[in-house]
Amino acid sequence: MDFEAVLFYVFALLAVAGALGMVGFVRNVVAGALCLVLTMISLAGIYLLLGAYLVAVVQILVYAGAILVLFLFVIMLLNLRHDDFGARRAGRSVLGAIGASVAVALAVLLAIWSPERLAAPAPLSEGFGGYRDVGLQLFRDYVVPVEVAGLLLLAAIVGAVMLAKKEVD
Amino acid sequence: MILAVVLKTLFVVVLVVGVFAPLMTWTERKQSALMQDRIGANRADIAGITLIGLLHPLADVIKLLTKEDVVPAGANRVLHTLAPVVAAVPAIAAFAVIPYGGVYTIGASTLSLVAADIDWGLLYVFAIGSLATYGAVIAGWSSNNNWSLLGSVRNTAQMISYEVTMGLSVVGVFMVFGTLKLTDMAVAQDQTLRLFGFVESLGWAQLPAWADHWLRLPAWGIFLQPLAFVMFLTCMLAENKRPPFDLPEAESELVAGYFTEYSGMRFGLFYMAEFIEVVVIAGLITAIFLGGWAVPYLSQDVILHGDLPLIGRSLSGLFGAGAATLLCIGLHVGTFIAKMIAMIWLQMLIRWSLPRFRYDQVMDLCWKVLLPLSLANIFVTAAVMIALGEVA
Repeated sequence: MDFEAVLFYVFALLAVAGALGMVGFVRNVVAGALCLVLTMISLAGIYLLLGAYLVAVVQILVYAGAILVLFLFVIMLLNLRHDDFGARRAGRSVLGAIGASVAVALAVLLAIWSPERLAAPAPLSEGFGGYRDVGLQLFRDYVVPVEVAGLLLLAAIVGAVMLAKKEVD
Repeated sequence: MILAVVLKTLFVVVLVVGVFAPLMTWTERKQSALMQDRIGANRADIAGITLIGLLHPLADVIKLLTKEDVVPAGANRVLHTLAPVVAAVPAIAAFAVIPYGGVYTIGASTLSLVAADIDWGLLYVFAIGSLATYGAVIAGWSSNNNWSLLGSVRNTAQMISYEVTMGLSVVGVFMVFGTLKLTDMAVAQDQTLRLFGFVESLGWAQLPAWADHWLRLPAWGIFLQPLAFVMFLTCMLAENKRPPFDLPEAESELVAGYFTEYSGMRFGLFYMAEFIEVVVIAGLITAIFLGGWAVPYLSQDVILHGDLPLIGRSLSGLFGAGAATLLCIGLHVGTFIAKMIAMIWLQMLIRWSLPRFRYDQVMDLCWKVLLPLSLANIFVTAAVMIALGEVA
């Protein structure tokens, strides 16, 4: 097994462990959020192994470095403690477990039924996943969708500010 | 391949933890003493030899390691233990992409003086830097102390705010150099710039030959993007949480902020992370704005093959190609470290000169001053580049 494969399994195990931890630490929200951070960083590692450098960096920069920090910020500001949560609902856990099992089973079935889909991927083109390649695609080939998405996010921000202002006033 | 990776990693970690961090504690003490008209650390000695206080870092480490490691009652033991490590690791990891020198050919083999020479070097630094927030966040929350919690809440808001402007402030530099690779940036800065070259690009007049020869600047980022330099330095200082941006640990308000409940070496690790970050900032600014390892007015090509000033012969001609390359490496690494020391000194100077900002001032500076300025910088840079015909 080569070095990259070893790295893949390490990152994959960490990602799954983090995800399980996040679900498991229902009573300790901060620990749950930190587990999610672990998953995000491991996923970034897997993106790196796939050659998608920019996506990996954005994954860490945006998800692990900003969004989850904000999650923690909110948790700390609200000072959520153990007894802020009601009794654990067994029904939801069971539903979640069934959903996860179905997803895993489908993935395994896919691997058994059509292994050719999981065959070696096509070789990467020169500069694949780099900032230059992605940047050209985003700001030249798909510039209109990007701008529209930006407008949508701007509307969301303005809306959030308006709602927050109402509280303050 | 794996061996090389392990060796490079070990080298970086040993260099950072074993050399930079202890030296920084000494520098900080001496600099503060100098600025406050004191003598400074000079008491620790071995058999009467004090080495101008250089033994103090050793004494510090012994003291910190032998102190009791207290975990407060009601603290989350696992996270409390983990936090200092989470704070220190990103600071050390950022060293992987700092280029101490360029790429050299010795015989048939090439030698690169950077641990990880990746295309997205600067992005890597930003990504790793964004993880540095967690050390303080976890520390503050897990300590079960209101001062700590307030400290880490302040830290979170400050770090997130300044990360945005930090990234935007250097976009102009990316545009000018056309790369994110730190070694390529240094190569691009290893040249000179025609000071009045824009006159010709605008097609108004022809420069006389003497002006073209003498009126030149090193093509450093600080000359091409002066505003970006000031903004980037400010953001980095704010990210490092040292005075005047030390709101998360403001001792007059929050005892010691997020690391109030730490003792012994765990406390020391937070300090070490800050000191290491000072060196990282110095290295980054050197690489992006101060020409990296480039000797001003003497490009690598000139050092190796061109006729040197005063001597009139080339190094290769004097000593042979191999020795000349080694000399060039020494010169480049020396230049890089000299520039880095100057930047460390600048940070120390700022740290011991300015009083702490108020929290609203810190936030106003980020969102109302630096953010619009950095956006304006991007637009102006783009406009100038188009006017000079550098963009197709």
